Amino acid sequence: MGSFELGGKVYQTDEDGYLANIDDWNMEAAGYLAKDEGVDMTDAHWEVVNFLREYYEEYKIAPMIKILVKAVGKKLGAEKGNTKYLYELYPGGPAKQACKIAGLPKPTGCV
Amino acid sequence: MANEKKSKTPMLDELESGPWPSFVKDLKNLAKKKPEIGQVLEQLEDSYETKTNHWLGTVLNLDGYGGGVIARYSDVQNRFPLAAQFHTIRIIEPSGWFYNTAALRQLCDISEKHSGGILQFHGMTGDILMLGSNNEKTYTAGEELMENGWDIGGSGPALRTLACCVGPAYCEMSCFDTLGLTKFITDTYISELHRPELPYKYKFKISGCANDCANSIQRSDMPIIGTWRDKIQVDQKEVAKFIKENGEDYVIDNVITRCPTKCIKLEKKKIKIDDSNCVKCMHCINVMHKALKPGKDRGITILLGGKRTLKIGDTMGSVLIPFMKADTKEDWDKIIQLVRRIWDFWGEHGLDHERVGEFIDRVGLGTFLDGIGVEPDPQMVKHPRSNPYIKFEEYTAPRIAGEPKESPNVVSKETEGDEVAV
Repeated sequence: MGSFELGGKVYQTDEDGYLANIDDWNMEAAGYLAKDEGVDMTDAHWEVVNFLREYYEEYKIAPMIKILVKAVGKKLGAEKGNTKYLYELYPGGPAKQACKIAGLPKPTGCV
Repeated sequence: MANEKKSKTPMLDELESGPWPSFVKDLKNLAKKKPEIGQVLEQLEDSYETKTNHWLGTVLNLDGYGGGVIARYSDVQNRFPLAAQFHTIRIIEPSGWFYNTAALRQLCDISEKHSGGILQFHGMTGDILMLGSNNEKTYTAGEELMENGWDIGGSGPALRTLACCVGPAYCEMSCFDTLGLTKFITDTYISELHRPELPYKYKFKISGCANDCANSIQRSDMPIIGTWRDKIQVDQKEVAKFIKENGEDYVIDNVITRCPTKCIKLEKKKIKIDDSNCVKCMHCINVMHKALKPGKDRGITILLGGKRTLKIGDTMGSVLIPFMKADTKEDWDKIIQLVRRIWDFWGEHGLDHERVGEFIDRVGLGTFLDGIGVEPDPQMVKHPRSNPYIKFEEYTAPRIAGEPKESPNVVSKETEGDEVAV
Protein backbone atom coordinates (compact mmCIF):
# COMPACT_ATOMS: atom_id res chain seq x y z
CA MET A 1 0.00 0.00 0.00
CA GLY A 2 1.20 3.48 -0.77
CA SER A 3 -0.07 6.92 -1.50
CA PHE A 4 0.89 10.17 -3.16
CA GLU A 5 -0.17 13.74 -2.61
CA LEU A 6 -1.12 16.13 -5.36
CA GLY A 7 -2.55 19.62 -4.91
CA GLY A 8 -3.48 18.92 -1.31
CA LYS A 9 -5.33 15.69 -2.13
CA VAL A 10 -4.02 12.30 -0.99
CA TYR A 11 -4.38 9.37 -3.41
CA GLN A 12 -4.24 5.84 -2.02
CA THR A 13 -2.48 3.27 -4.20
CA ASP A 14 -1.71 -0.43 -4.01
CA GLU A 15 1.82 -1.78 -3.70
CA ASP A 16 2.41 -1.37 -7.45
CA GLY A 17 1.18 2.20 -7.54
CA TYR A 18 -2.24 1.55 -9.07
CA LEU A 19 -4.97 3.82 -7.73
CA ALA A 20 -6.83 2.08 -4.93
CA ASN A 21 -10.04 3.96 -5.68
CA ILE A 22 -11.00 4.49 -9.32
CA ASP A 23 -13.20 7.48 -8.41
CA ASP A 24 -10.10 9.36 -7.27
CA TRP A 25 -8.91 9.58 -10.85
CA ASN A 26 -8.47 12.94 -12.55
CA MET A 27 -6.18 14.41 -15.20
CA GLU A 28 -3.59 15.53 -12.66
CA ALA A 29 -3.42 12.12 -11.07
CA ALA A 30 -3.07 10.58 -14.53
CA GLY A 31 -0.26 13.00 -15.28
CA TYR A 32 1.50 12.02 -12.09
CA LEU A 33 1.11 8.29 -12.76
CA ALA A 34 2.37 8.74 -16.33
CA LYS A 35 5.44 10.59 -15.11
CA ASP A 36 6.05 7.85 -12.59
CA GLU A 37 5.93 5.31 -15.43
CA GLY A 38 8.23 7.45 -17.56
CA VAL A 39 5.54 8.01 -20.20
CA ASP A 40 5.35 11.39 -21.93
CA MET A 41 1.63 11.86 -22.55
CA THR A 42 0.67 13.04 -26.03
CA ASP A 43 -2.76 13.20 -27.67
CA ALA A 44 -2.21 9.67 -28.93
CA HIS A 45 -1.59 8.50 -25.35
CA TRP A 46 -4.71 10.24 -24.10
CA GLU A 47 -6.82 8.61 -26.82
CA VAL A 48 -5.95 5.21 -25.40
CA VAL A 49 -6.45 6.25 -21.78
CA ASN A 50 -9.80 7.86 -22.58
CA PHE A 51 -10.94 4.77 -24.45
CA LEU A 52 -9.98 2.57 -21.47
CA ARG A 53 -11.93 4.77 -19.09
CA GLU A 54 -15.02 4.87 -21.30
CA TYR A 55 -14.91 1.13 -21.71
CA TYR A 56 -14.46 0.58 -18.00
CA GLU A 57 -17.34 2.87 -17.17
CA GLU A 58 -19.62 0.90 -19.45
CA TYR A 59 -18.51 -2.66 -18.73
CA LYS A 60 -16.80 -2.38 -15.29
CA ILE A 61 -13.87 -4.38 -16.63
CA ALA A 62 -10.73 -3.54 -18.57
CA PRO A 63 -11.13 -4.44 -22.26
CA MET A 64 -9.41 -7.45 -23.75
CA ILE A 65 -6.33 -6.33 -25.63
CA LYS A 66 -7.82 -7.32 -29.00
CA ILE A 67 -10.79 -5.01 -28.35
CA LEU A 68 -8.42 -2.17 -27.53
CA VAL A 69 -6.39 -2.87 -30.66
CA LYS A 70 -9.49 -2.88 -32.81
CA ALA A 71 -10.91 0.29 -31.25
CA VAL A 72 -7.64 2.13 -31.79
CA GLY A 73 -7.54 0.92 -35.38
CA LYS A 74 -11.05 2.15 -35.98
CA LYS A 75 -10.42 5.53 -34.42
CA LEU A 76 -6.93 6.30 -35.63
CA GLY A 77 -6.60 4.28 -38.82
CA ALA A 78 -5.82 0.68 -39.66
CA GLU A 79 -2.05 1.20 -39.61
CA LYS A 80 -2.32 1.96 -35.89
CA GLY A 81 -4.64 -0.94 -35.12
CA ASN A 82 -1.93 -3.33 -33.94
CA THR A 83 -0.12 -4.17 -30.76
CA LYS A 84 3.12 -2.71 -32.06
CA TYR A 85 1.63 0.78 -32.11
CA LEU A 86 0.29 0.38 -28.57
CA TYR A 87 3.67 -0.78 -27.30
CA GLU A 88 5.33 2.19 -28.94
CA LEU A 89 3.06 4.42 -26.89
CA TYR A 90 3.29 2.31 -23.75
CA PRO A 91 6.49 0.26 -23.80
CA GLY A 92 5.58 -1.39 -20.51
CA GLY A 93 2.50 -2.82 -22.15
CA PRO A 94 -0.98 -1.33 -22.59
CA ALA A 95 -2.38 -3.69 -19.95
CA LYS A 96 0.09 -2.55 -17.35
CA GLN A 97 0.91 1.08 -18.09
CA ALA A 98 -2.15 2.42 -19.87
CA CYS A 99 -4.52 0.84 -17.33
CA LYS A 100 -2.47 2.30 -14.51
CA ILE A 101 -2.54 5.80 -15.96
CA ALA A 102 -6.27 5.44 -16.63
CA GLY A 103 -6.78 4.57 -12.98
CA LEU A 104 -8.14 1.11 -13.73
CA PRO A 105 -7.53 -1.78 -11.33
CA LYS A 106 -4.32 -3.77 -11.72
CA PRO A 107 -4.61 -6.65 -14.17
CA THR A 108 -4.32 -9.96 -12.35
CA GLY A 109 -1.31 -12.28 -12.48
CA CYS A 110 -1.60 -14.98 -15.09
CA VAL A 111 -3.77 -13.03 -17.49
CA MET B 1 23.08 -33.01 19.56
CA ALA B 2 21.19 -31.19 22.29
CA ASN B 3 22.67 -27.79 21.61
CA GLU B 4 22.22 -27.99 17.83
CA LYS B 5 20.10 -25.11 16.61
CA LYS B 6 16.51 -26.12 15.95
CA SER B 7 15.78 -26.21 12.24
CA LYS B 8 13.48 -23.53 10.93
CA THR B 9 12.13 -25.87 8.31
CA PRO B 10 11.44 -29.27 9.93
CA MET B 11 8.84 -30.31 7.36
CA LEU B 12 11.01 -29.39 4.38
CA ASP B 13 13.92 -31.25 5.98
CA GLU B 14 11.95 -34.46 5.49
CA LEU B 15 12.31 -33.93 1.75
CA GLU B 16 16.07 -34.25 2.08
CA SER B 17 15.87 -37.88 3.15
CA GLY B 18 16.22 -40.71 0.69
CA PRO B 19 18.78 -41.34 -2.03
CA TRP B 20 17.18 -39.13 -4.66
CA PRO B 21 18.06 -35.50 -5.48
CA SER B 22 16.36 -32.98 -3.25
CA PHE B 23 15.44 -29.42 -4.10
CA VAL B 24 15.56 -28.61 -0.38
CA LYS B 25 19.16 -29.75 -0.13
CA ASP B 26 20.09 -27.73 -3.21
CA LEU B 27 18.28 -24.61 -2.13
CA LYS B 28 19.72 -24.75 1.38
CA ASN B 29 23.15 -24.90 -0.20
CA LEU B 30 22.26 -21.95 -2.42
CA ALA B 31 20.97 -20.02 0.61
CA LYS B 32 24.52 -19.82 1.95
CA LYS B 33 25.31 -17.53 -0.98
CA LYS B 34 21.87 -16.02 -1.45
CA PRO B 35 20.06 -15.36 1.84
CA GLU B 36 16.77 -14.66 0.04
CA ILE B 37 16.56 -18.31 -0.92
CA GLY B 38 16.65 -19.20 2.79
CA GLN B 39 13.64 -16.99 3.35
CA VAL B 40 11.83 -18.50 0.38
CA LEU B 41 12.34 -21.90 2.04
CA GLU B 42 11.09 -20.57 5.37
CA GLN B 43 8.05 -19.15 3.63
CA LEU B 44 7.43 -22.51 1.98
CA GLU B 45 7.67 -24.20 5.38
CA ASP B 46 5.03 -21.77 6.59
CA SER B 47 2.89 -22.65 3.57
CA TYR B 48 3.21 -26.34 4.44
CA GLU B 49 2.17 -25.65 8.01
CA THR B 50 -0.72 -23.33 7.33
CA LYS B 51 -1.69 -24.87 3.99
CA THR B 52 -1.69 -21.38 2.54
CA ASN B 53 0.01 -20.13 -0.58
CA HIS B 54 1.84 -16.89 0.06
CA TRP B 55 2.58 -15.86 -3.53
CA LEU B 56 0.53 -13.13 -5.15
CA GLY B 57 0.50 -12.53 -8.86
CA THR B 58 1.11 -9.16 -10.42
CA VAL B 59 2.13 -7.71 -13.75
CA LEU B 60 5.71 -6.90 -14.61
CA ASN B 61 6.91 -6.47 -18.16
CA LEU B 62 10.15 -5.69 -19.88
CA ASP B 63 9.88 -2.70 -22.18
CA GLY B 64 8.16 -3.59 -25.42
CA TYR B 65 7.01 -6.95 -24.08
CA GLY B 66 3.53 -7.81 -22.88
CA GLY B 67 4.52 -11.03 -21.19
CA GLY B 68 7.31 -13.40 -20.34
CA VAL B 69 7.74 -12.42 -16.72
CA ILE B 70 5.72 -14.29 -14.13
CA ALA B 71 5.76 -11.75 -11.32
CA ARG B 72 5.23 -12.92 -7.76
CA TYR B 73 5.04 -10.95 -4.55
CA SER B 74 5.02 -12.48 -1.12
CA ASP B 75 1.99 -11.62 1.01
CA VAL B 76 4.05 -12.19 4.16
CA GLN B 77 6.96 -9.98 3.20
CA ASN B 78 6.93 -8.38 6.64
CA ARG B 79 8.17 -11.75 7.94
CA PHE B 80 10.32 -12.67 4.93
CA PRO B 81 11.47 -9.33 3.53
CA LEU B 82 14.18 -10.82 1.32
CA ALA B 83 11.59 -12.97 -0.47
CA ALA B 84 9.29 -10.00 -1.08
CA GLN B 85 9.71 -10.19 -4.87
CA PHE B 86 10.51 -13.46 -6.53
CA HIS B 87 9.81 -13.22 -10.23
CA THR B 88 10.28 -15.82 -12.93
CA ILE B 89 11.55 -14.98 -16.40
CA ARG B 90 10.56 -17.25 -19.27
CA ILE B 91 13.20 -17.70 -21.95
CA ILE B 92 12.60 -19.21 -25.38
CA GLU B 93 14.42 -22.54 -25.57
CA PRO B 94 16.20 -23.78 -28.68
CA SER B 95 14.20 -26.21 -30.87
CA GLY B 96 14.43 -29.72 -29.51
CA TRP B 97 16.02 -28.51 -26.27
CA PHE B 98 19.57 -28.86 -27.57
CA TYR B 99 22.26 -26.74 -25.89
CA ASN B 100 25.98 -26.71 -25.91
CA THR B 101 27.58 -26.53 -22.50
CA ALA B 102 28.72 -22.94 -23.05
CA ALA B 103 25.11 -21.83 -23.48
CA LEU B 104 24.12 -23.55 -20.26
CA ARG B 105 27.05 -21.99 -18.38
CA GLN B 106 26.02 -18.60 -19.69
CA LEU B 107 22.47 -19.09 -18.44
CA CYS B 108 23.83 -20.17 -15.06
CA ASP B 109 26.02 -17.09 -14.85
CA ILE B 110 23.17 -14.74 -15.73
CA SER B 111 20.93 -16.52 -13.27
CA GLU B 112 23.48 -16.24 -10.42
CA LYS B 113 24.06 -12.59 -11.18
CA HIS B 114 20.52 -11.34 -11.73
CA SER B 115 18.18 -13.82 -10.12
CA GLY B 116 17.93 -16.43 -7.43
CA GLY B 117 20.37 -18.77 -9.14
CA ILE B 118 17.57 -21.23 -9.83
CA LEU B 119 16.82 -22.51 -13.31
CA GLN B 120 14.10 -24.85 -14.44
CA PHE B 121 14.69 -26.99 -17.49
CA HIS B 122 12.01 -26.79 -18.68
CA GLY B 123 8.71 -25.29 -17.65
CA MET B 124 5.43 -26.94 -18.61
CA THR B 125 5.24 -24.84 -21.74
CA GLY B 126 8.71 -25.90 -22.77
CA ASP B 127 10.68 -22.75 -22.11
CA ILE B 128 13.57 -22.17 -19.73
CA LEU B 129 12.57 -20.60 -16.42
CA MET B 130 14.90 -18.33 -14.48
CA LEU B 131 13.56 -17.93 -10.96
CA GLY B 132 14.08 -15.40 -8.23
CA SER B 133 14.65 -11.92 -9.66
CA ASN B 134 13.35 -8.84 -7.90
CA ASN B 135 11.78 -5.94 -9.81
CA GLU B 136 15.03 -4.22 -10.67
CA LYS B 137 17.00 -7.35 -11.50
CA THR B 138 14.28 -8.60 -13.80
CA TYR B 139 15.23 -5.74 -16.11
CA THR B 140 18.98 -6.26 -15.83
CA ALA B 141 18.52 -10.01 -16.38
CA GLY B 142 16.35 -9.34 -19.42
CA GLU B 143 18.95 -6.96 -20.83
CA GLU B 144 21.83 -9.36 -20.38
CA LEU B 145 19.83 -12.26 -21.80
CA MET B 146 18.96 -10.28 -24.90
CA GLU B 147 22.52 -9.02 -25.35
CA ASN B 148 23.56 -12.64 -25.52
CA GLY B 149 21.00 -13.67 -28.06
CA TRP B 150 18.31 -15.13 -25.81
CA ASP B 151 14.74 -13.94 -26.05
CA ILE B 152 11.88 -13.77 -23.60
CA GLY B 153 9.10 -16.34 -23.83
CA GLY B 154 5.36 -15.91 -23.88
CA SER B 155 2.78 -15.55 -21.14
CA GLY B 156 -0.74 -14.24 -20.83
CA PRO B 157 -3.30 -14.30 -23.64
CA ALA B 158 -0.63 -14.74 -26.30
CA LEU B 159 1.08 -17.27 -28.46
CA ARG B 160 3.18 -19.24 -26.01
CA THR B 161 6.73 -20.42 -26.49
CA LEU B 162 6.69 -23.36 -28.87
CA ALA B 163 8.17 -26.72 -28.03
CA CYS B 164 9.02 -29.75 -30.12
CA CYS B 165 10.56 -33.19 -29.76
CA VAL B 166 14.19 -33.85 -30.78
CA GLY B 167 12.87 -34.76 -34.22
CA PRO B 168 15.12 -35.80 -37.06
CA ALA B 169 18.16 -34.49 -35.17
CA TYR B 170 18.21 -37.51 -32.96
CA CYS B 171 15.35 -39.85 -33.73
CA GLU B 172 14.73 -42.29 -36.56
CA MET B 173 10.94 -42.20 -36.10
CA SER B 174 10.52 -38.53 -36.92
CA CYS B 175 8.31 -37.98 -39.98
CA PHE B 176 9.23 -34.34 -40.60
CA ASP B 177 11.53 -31.53 -39.50
CA THR B 178 10.02 -30.65 -36.14
CA LEU B 179 12.97 -28.40 -35.27
CA GLY B 180 12.72 -26.32 -38.41
CA LEU B 181 8.97 -25.89 -38.22
CA THR B 182 9.17 -24.84 -34.57
CA LYS B 183 11.71 -22.15 -35.39
CA PHE B 184 9.74 -21.08 -38.45
CA ILE B 185 6.50 -20.54 -36.52
CA THR B 186 8.37 -18.81 -33.67
CA ASP B 187 10.09 -16.43 -36.09
CA THR B 188 6.93 -15.73 -38.06
CA TYR B 189 4.73 -15.05 -35.07
CA ILE B 190 7.29 -13.53 -32.69
CA SER B 191 5.17 -10.38 -32.28
CA GLU B 192 2.14 -12.43 -31.22
CA LEU B 193 4.40 -14.25 -28.77
CA HIS B 194 5.72 -11.09 -27.15
CA ARG B 195 2.60 -8.95 -27.27
CA PRO B 196 -0.60 -10.68 -26.17
CA GLU B 197 -3.59 -10.07 -28.43
CA LEU B 198 -5.57 -13.32 -28.35
CA PRO B 199 -8.60 -14.23 -26.22
CA TYR B 200 -6.36 -16.52 -24.22
CA LYS B 201 -3.19 -18.58 -24.48
CA TYR B 202 -2.39 -20.51 -27.65
CA LYS B 203 0.16 -23.28 -27.43
CA PHE B 204 1.86 -25.26 -30.13
CA LYS B 205 3.65 -28.49 -29.50
CA ILE B 206 5.26 -30.32 -32.34
CA SER B 207 6.02 -34.03 -32.36
CA GLY B 208 7.72 -35.94 -35.14
CA CYS B 209 5.50 -39.01 -34.81
CA ALA B 210 2.56 -40.39 -32.85
CA ASN B 211 4.84 -41.35 -29.94
CA ASP B 212 4.34 -37.67 -29.23
CA CYS B 213 7.41 -37.00 -27.10
CA ALA B 214 6.43 -33.31 -26.94
CA ASN B 215 3.16 -34.33 -25.21
CA SER B 216 1.42 -32.24 -27.81
CA ILE B 217 -2.00 -33.85 -27.80
CA GLN B 218 -2.66 -33.26 -24.11
CA ARG B 219 -0.75 -30.07 -23.61
CA SER B 220 -1.20 -27.80 -26.56
CA ASP B 221 -4.01 -26.00 -28.33
CA MET B 222 -2.52 -26.90 -31.66
CA PRO B 223 -0.65 -30.20 -31.68
CA ILE B 224 1.24 -30.96 -34.86
CA ILE B 225 2.15 -34.62 -35.17
CA GLY B 226 4.17 -36.39 -37.84
CA THR B 227 2.53 -39.23 -39.75
CA TRP B 228 2.50 -40.95 -43.16
CA ARG B 229 -0.15 -41.93 -45.67
CA ASP B 230 1.35 -44.86 -47.52
CA LYS B 231 2.42 -48.24 -46.18
CA ILE B 232 4.57 -49.05 -43.17
CA GLN B 233 7.96 -50.12 -44.49
CA VAL B 234 8.58 -53.76 -43.63
CA ASP B 235 11.98 -55.40 -43.81
CA GLN B 236 11.15 -59.13 -43.75
CA LYS B 237 14.80 -60.06 -43.21
CA GLU B 238 14.83 -58.08 -40.00
CA VAL B 239 11.46 -59.60 -39.09
CA ALA B 240 13.00 -63.07 -39.39
CA LYS B 241 15.94 -61.96 -37.27
CA PHE B 242 13.60 -60.49 -34.64
CA ILE B 243 11.59 -63.74 -34.50
CA LYS B 244 14.78 -65.75 -34.21
CA GLU B 245 15.99 -63.62 -31.32
CA ASN B 246 12.72 -63.24 -29.44
CA GLY B 247 10.48 -66.09 -30.58
CA GLU B 248 7.19 -66.11 -32.41
CA ASP B 249 5.14 -65.90 -29.22
CA TYR B 250 6.84 -62.68 -28.29
CA VAL B 251 5.83 -61.12 -31.59
CA ILE B 252 2.24 -62.31 -31.22
CA ASP B 253 1.94 -61.20 -27.58
CA ASN B 254 3.68 -57.86 -27.93
CA VAL B 255 2.97 -56.74 -31.45
CA ILE B 256 0.13 -58.57 -33.19
CA THR B 257 -2.39 -58.68 -30.34
CA ARG B 258 -1.58 -55.15 -29.26
CA CYS B 259 -2.44 -53.53 -32.56
CA PRO B 260 -5.46 -51.31 -31.72
CA THR B 261 -7.13 -51.95 -35.06
CA LYS B 262 -5.95 -55.56 -35.49
CA CYS B 263 -4.52 -54.76 -38.88
CA ILE B 264 -1.19 -56.55 -38.46
CA LYS B 265 -0.67 -60.30 -38.61
CA LEU B 266 2.07 -62.87 -38.73
CA GLU B 267 1.87 -65.27 -41.65
CA LYS B 268 4.53 -67.92 -42.08
CA LYS B 269 6.97 -65.85 -40.07
CA LYS B 270 6.27 -62.80 -42.17
CA ILE B 271 4.59 -59.57 -41.08
CA LYS B 272 1.54 -58.57 -43.11
CA ILE B 273 -0.15 -55.24 -42.57
CA ASP B 274 -3.53 -54.03 -43.78
CA ASP B 275 -2.41 -50.41 -44.07
CA SER B 276 -5.89 -49.13 -44.91
CA ASN B 277 -6.89 -49.94 -41.34
CA CYS B 278 -3.68 -48.75 -39.69
CA VAL B 279 -4.17 -45.76 -37.36
CA LYS B 280 -0.43 -44.97 -37.22
CA CYS B 281 -0.22 -45.52 -33.48
CA MET B 282 3.49 -46.44 -33.72
CA HIS B 283 3.25 -49.43 -31.37
CA CYS B 284 4.48 -52.14 -33.75
CA ILE B 285 7.21 -49.84 -35.05
CA ASN B 286 8.39 -49.11 -31.52
CA VAL B 287 8.69 -52.78 -30.65
CA MET B 288 10.23 -53.94 -33.94
CA HIS B 289 12.08 -50.76 -34.75
CA LYS B 290 14.56 -52.39 -37.07
CA ALA B 291 12.03 -54.43 -39.03
CA LEU B 292 9.32 -51.75 -39.33
CA LYS B 293 9.53 -48.11 -40.26
CA PRO B 294 7.03 -45.33 -40.91
CA GLY B 295 6.00 -45.09 -44.59
CA LYS B 296 7.81 -43.02 -47.19
CA ASP B 297 5.06 -40.51 -48.01
CA ARG B 298 5.33 -38.55 -44.80
CA GLY B 299 3.63 -35.41 -43.53
CA ILE B 300 1.73 -34.08 -40.54
CA THR B 301 -1.62 -34.25 -38.84
CA ILE B 302 -2.79 -30.98 -37.28
CA LEU B 303 -5.04 -31.21 -34.26
CA LEU B 304 -6.80 -28.59 -32.22
CA GLY B 305 -8.07 -28.08 -28.71
CA GLY B 306 -5.86 -29.80 -26.12
CA LYS B 307 -5.87 -28.10 -22.72
CA ARG B 308 -6.23 -28.50 -18.97
CA THR B 309 -9.46 -27.77 -17.13
CA LEU B 310 -10.72 -24.24 -17.59
CA LYS B 311 -14.20 -23.35 -18.77
CA ILE B 312 -14.71 -27.03 -19.61
CA GLY B 313 -12.80 -30.06 -18.33
CA ASP B 314 -9.53 -31.42 -19.68
CA THR B 315 -9.54 -32.07 -23.38
CA MET B 316 -7.16 -33.63 -25.83
CA GLY B 317 -6.65 -32.31 -29.30
CA SER B 318 -8.87 -33.66 -32.06
CA VAL B 319 -8.07 -33.79 -35.74
CA LEU B 320 -8.40 -30.64 -37.81
CA ILE B 321 -6.21 -31.43 -40.81
CA PRO B 322 -5.91 -35.22 -41.22
CA PHE B 323 -2.86 -35.05 -43.48
CA MET B 324 -0.74 -32.46 -45.16
CA LYS B 325 2.82 -32.38 -46.41
CA ALA B 326 5.32 -30.38 -44.35
CA ASP B 327 8.51 -30.63 -46.36
CA THR B 328 8.89 -27.24 -47.99
CA LYS B 329 8.65 -23.61 -47.05
CA GLU B 330 5.40 -23.45 -49.06
CA ASP B 331 3.90 -26.21 -46.91
CA TRP B 332 4.92 -24.35 -43.78
CA ASP B 333 3.39 -21.16 -45.14
CA LYS B 334 0.09 -23.01 -45.43
CA ILE B 335 0.29 -23.80 -41.71
CA ILE B 336 0.99 -20.13 -40.97
CA GLN B 337 -2.06 -19.09 -43.00
CA LEU B 338 -4.26 -21.65 -41.29
CA VAL B 339 -3.15 -20.37 -37.89
CA ARG B 340 -3.89 -16.80 -38.96
CA ARG B 341 -7.43 -17.76 -40.03
CA ILE B 342 -8.01 -19.54 -36.72
CA TRP B 343 -6.73 -16.55 -34.74
CA ASP B 344 -8.87 -14.14 -36.76
CA PHE B 345 -12.07 -16.12 -36.24
CA TRP B 346 -11.46 -17.13 -32.63
CA GLY B 347 -10.04 -13.67 -31.88
CA GLU B 348 -13.19 -12.07 -33.25
CA HIS B 349 -15.74 -14.29 -31.52
CA GLY B 350 -13.88 -15.90 -28.61
CA LEU B 351 -14.71 -14.87 -25.06
CA ASP B 352 -12.16 -13.56 -22.59
CA HIS B 353 -10.09 -16.48 -21.22
CA GLU B 354 -11.62 -18.95 -23.68
CA ARG B 355 -9.21 -21.46 -25.19
CA VAL B 356 -9.76 -22.39 -28.81
CA GLY B 357 -10.96 -25.90 -27.87
CA GLU B 358 -13.61 -24.42 -25.62
CA PHE B 359 -14.57 -21.99 -28.32
CA ILE B 360 -15.16 -24.88 -30.74
CA ASP B 361 -17.14 -26.64 -28.03
CA ARG B 362 -19.34 -23.57 -27.64
CA VAL B 363 -19.97 -22.62 -31.26
CA GLY B 364 -19.82 -26.10 -32.76
CA LEU B 365 -17.29 -27.60 -35.14
CA GLY B 366 -19.44 -26.78 -38.17
CA THR B 367 -19.50 -23.08 -37.39
CA PHE B 368 -15.81 -23.12 -36.63
CA LEU B 369 -14.84 -24.86 -39.87
CA ASP B 370 -17.02 -22.44 -41.77
CA GLY B 371 -15.29 -19.54 -40.03
CA ILE B 372 -11.80 -20.68 -40.88
CA GLY B 373 -12.66 -21.96 -44.35
CA VAL B 374 -11.81 -25.64 -43.92
CA GLU B 375 -13.99 -28.35 -45.45
CA PRO B 376 -15.46 -30.87 -42.99
CA ASP B 377 -13.86 -34.29 -43.08
CA PRO B 378 -15.00 -37.58 -41.53
CA GLN B 379 -11.69 -37.81 -39.71
CA MET B 380 -12.48 -34.76 -37.58
CA VAL B 381 -13.78 -36.83 -34.71
CA LYS B 382 -12.74 -36.84 -31.08
CA HIS B 383 -12.77 -40.60 -30.62
CA PRO B 384 -12.24 -42.50 -33.85
CA ARG B 385 -13.95 -45.87 -34.15
CA SER B 386 -15.76 -45.60 -30.85
CA ASN B 387 -19.22 -44.44 -31.92
CA PRO B 388 -21.36 -46.76 -34.03
CA TYR B 389 -24.16 -44.22 -34.45
CA ILE B 390 -24.08 -41.62 -37.15
CA LYS B 391 -26.40 -38.65 -37.16
CA PHE B 392 -26.83 -36.73 -40.38
CA GLU B 393 -27.74 -33.15 -39.84
CA GLU B 394 -27.99 -30.50 -42.48
CA TYR B 395 -25.64 -27.73 -41.48
CA THR B 396 -27.50 -24.61 -40.40
CA ALA B 397 -26.55 -20.96 -40.04
CA PRO B 398 -23.77 -20.14 -37.59
CA ARG B 399 -25.01 -19.85 -34.07
CA ILE B 400 -22.76 -16.97 -33.15
CA ALA B 401 -23.67 -14.50 -35.88
CA GLY B 402 -27.05 -13.52 -37.24
CA GLU B 403 -30.36 -15.25 -36.78
CA PRO B 404 -30.42 -19.02 -36.88
CA LYS B 405 -32.81 -20.70 -39.27
CA GLU B 406 -36.30 -21.17 -37.85
CA SER B 407 -35.93 -24.90 -37.65
CA PRO B 408 -32.79 -26.83 -38.46
CA ASN B 409 -33.12 -29.23 -41.36
CA VAL B 410 -32.59 -32.47 -39.55
CA VAL B 411 -32.76 -35.42 -41.91
CA SER B 412 -34.33 -38.18 -39.88
CA LYS B 413 -35.36 -41.66 -40.80
CA GLU B 414 -39.03 -42.58 -40.33
CA THR B 415 -39.67 -45.46 -38.00
CA GLU B 416 -40.63 -48.41 -40.14
CA GLY B 417 -43.08 -51.26 -39.58
CA ASP B 418 -42.70 -53.03 -36.27
CA GLU B 419 -39.45 -51.35 -35.37
CA VAL B 420 -39.69 -49.82 -31.93
CA ALA B 421 -38.99 -46.12 -31.78
CA VAL B 422 -36.54 -45.39 -29.02
